[in-house]
Amino acid sequence: MSSFGFPLRGKDERRRVREERPAWEEPPSKIGSAAKAVVITVICAVMVLPFLTVLSTSLASREEITASGGFVLFPSEPTLDAYRTVLSGGIVSRAVVVSVLITVVGTALSLLTTIALAYALSKRGVPGGKPILLMVLFTLLFAPGMVPMYVVVKELGLLDSYWSLILPVLINAFNLVVLRAFFMNIPEELYQAARIDGAGDWRILTRIVLPLSKGVVAVVGLFYAVTYWNAFFNAMLYLNDSGKWPIQLVLRTYVVQNKSMTADQLGIAHMPPQQSLSMAVVMLALLPILALFPFLQKYFTKGVLTGAIKG
Amino acid sequence: MSVSKSASKSLPGKPGQQLHKRPPLRVRLRDNWVMLALMAPGVLFFVGFFYVPMLGNVIAFQDYQPFIGFKESPLVGLANFQELFADPAFWEAVRNTLAFAALQLIFFFPAPLALALLINSLISPRVKKFVQSIVYLPHFISWVLVVALFQQVLGGAGLVSNYLRDNGLSALDVMSDPTTFPLLITGQVIWKDIGWGMIIYLAALANVDQSLYESAAVDGAGRWRRMWHVTLPAVRGVTIMLLVLRLGDVLSVGFEQFLLQRDAVGARAAEVLDTYIYYHGVVYGDWGVGAAAGLVKGVIGALMIWGANKVAHAFGEHGVYSK
Repeated sequence: MSSFGFPLRGKDERRRVREERPAWEEPPSKIGSAAKAVVITVICAVMVLPFLTVLSTSLASREEITASGGFVLFPSEPTLDAYRTVLSGGIVSRAVVVSVLITVVGTALSLLTTIALAYALSKRGVPGGKPILLMVLFTLLFAPGMVPMYVVVKELGLLDSYWSLILPVLINAFNLVVLRAFFMNIPEELYQAARIDGAGDWRILTRIVLPLSKGVVAVVGLFYAVTYWNAFFNAMLYLNDSGKWPIQLVLRTYVVQNKSMTADQLGIAHMPPQQSLSMAVVMLALLPILALFPFLQKYFTKGVLTGAIKG
Repeated sequence: MSVSKSASKSLPGKPGQQLHKRPPLRVRLRDNWVMLALMAPGVLFFVGFFYVPMLGNVIAFQDYQPFIGFKESPLVGLANFQELFADPAFWEAVRNTLAFAALQLIFFFPAPLALALLINSLISPRVKKFVQSIVYLPHFISWVLVVALFQQVLGGAGLVSNYLRDNGLSALDVMSDPTTFPLLITGQVIWKDIGWGMIIYLAALANVDQSLYESAAVDGAGRWRRMWHVTLPAVRGVTIMLLVLRLGDVLSVGFEQFLLQRDAVGARAAEVLDTYIYYHGVVYGDWGVGAAAGLVKGVIGALMIWGANKVAHAFGEHGVYSK
């Protein structure tokens, strides 16, 4: 943990400090504690309720949805019909495949290029290292603007190509700074020892640096994956062909703008209620994030802090 | 490059000298070819998708024609800016942007600090952890999902409306009401990012020396005085840094959030600078004017960072960058 350059207290130590109310602290008033409990409960409910509504409605049957007028909080007989329908071929299934591909390929390419540049910039004496670092840091302060970006993507011939969702956002300067800071914290002796053993830059990167930075690489990878999965505007800007849309754009069209999905687009004859179909799409867009959340939760605190302190 | 100057001084071919002086550039390039190869894709990316578009801002001074490309399009001087500043819709977008930014500064900016203080005051670590996990979650979902979720709960056909209708009350549709739109927007931002914003404050609070509280208590300082004299000074630096960052980014008030809801409440209520740039520049094909608006926004943003940082230094804080 110290390698993150931020003196976080260890778990056990913190627990010891706050496990019990210290002797000098006055006992809380009854009203105070009650108010606190109420506020915390309300906050948690407000955060969780929308997710629950969506999940239960996506699982509800047609009868229940009709009976309740649209929303079901506790479906009595959960059914996966809605999921079967949207995933049985057609626009939503295709969008899920597109999003998964973009996320996997994009994250892999982003990680490769970010690690490579961060490693080169973490070493002294690489010709051009300093100006390139400045060049990267400058991008944190300014953005080139939407119209010129569109024009560049267009002139590179990337419109309506999946590359337009990956290449323009390939490296995030913030992630780069985090990785570089981590690489610079690896003790110099390790590098020297490796060099004496005759290892070149490439071997040092793959045999020493990467194994030591598994954790931080995982964090950066998670960040990239979430960004790719959630990206919506670039797809809207660069992809005219709706057959190429990723899940977020489908979600926007059929749920936020409330266009109804026809049986034709879904490639089936029998339709579950629209409401549960919409909610099933919402859940599909949500599931990968929920699946990654335990890891995100565990690691991202450190990631944010390293970036904030170093950057 | 300064490198070549020092390189010409150290004579090549004398190995003893190379240990102390920098070897010639040619040698350094050869020795570092792996590193240079590793850098190449990243450098290409920053040049191609940052610096070239940066130069591409030249179309703000052009009558840009997509079919001719920006090398051939005629220069028109400041005509695009004149057109932009004469457009009432642009000023409406500016006004909306500033209004939403002000609302966020007043209501959203202090919210994570308040929540951090509340969670920090909890005694049980298990409750603390549980609440933390719950409030972190919305940060990771996309704006499309946030808007979809809000629609399901607060929209005209949503949960709350259904409930009201079932009980014989009139339904309310918060999602398409332009008058309450600023509240909705601010509420969504708080819902999504209060947990994320809180982390950094919690870290600062976890690093406060607990004995400070003890000595303050022994000296007779009550709960509130301890917060004022021990807790708040501990988060001052972080708060100012975040404020500087926020000010520098003040003209970007959540582009996707507005874009997604502009149809529902209309352009008059939801047009901000970024949506203006998107609709006028890309959708209506007014490339030059869109680029001009983007340039105005970028320059003001950079000035804001610079100014806010100056103020932070004047208060003896680090700000975002030093010096």
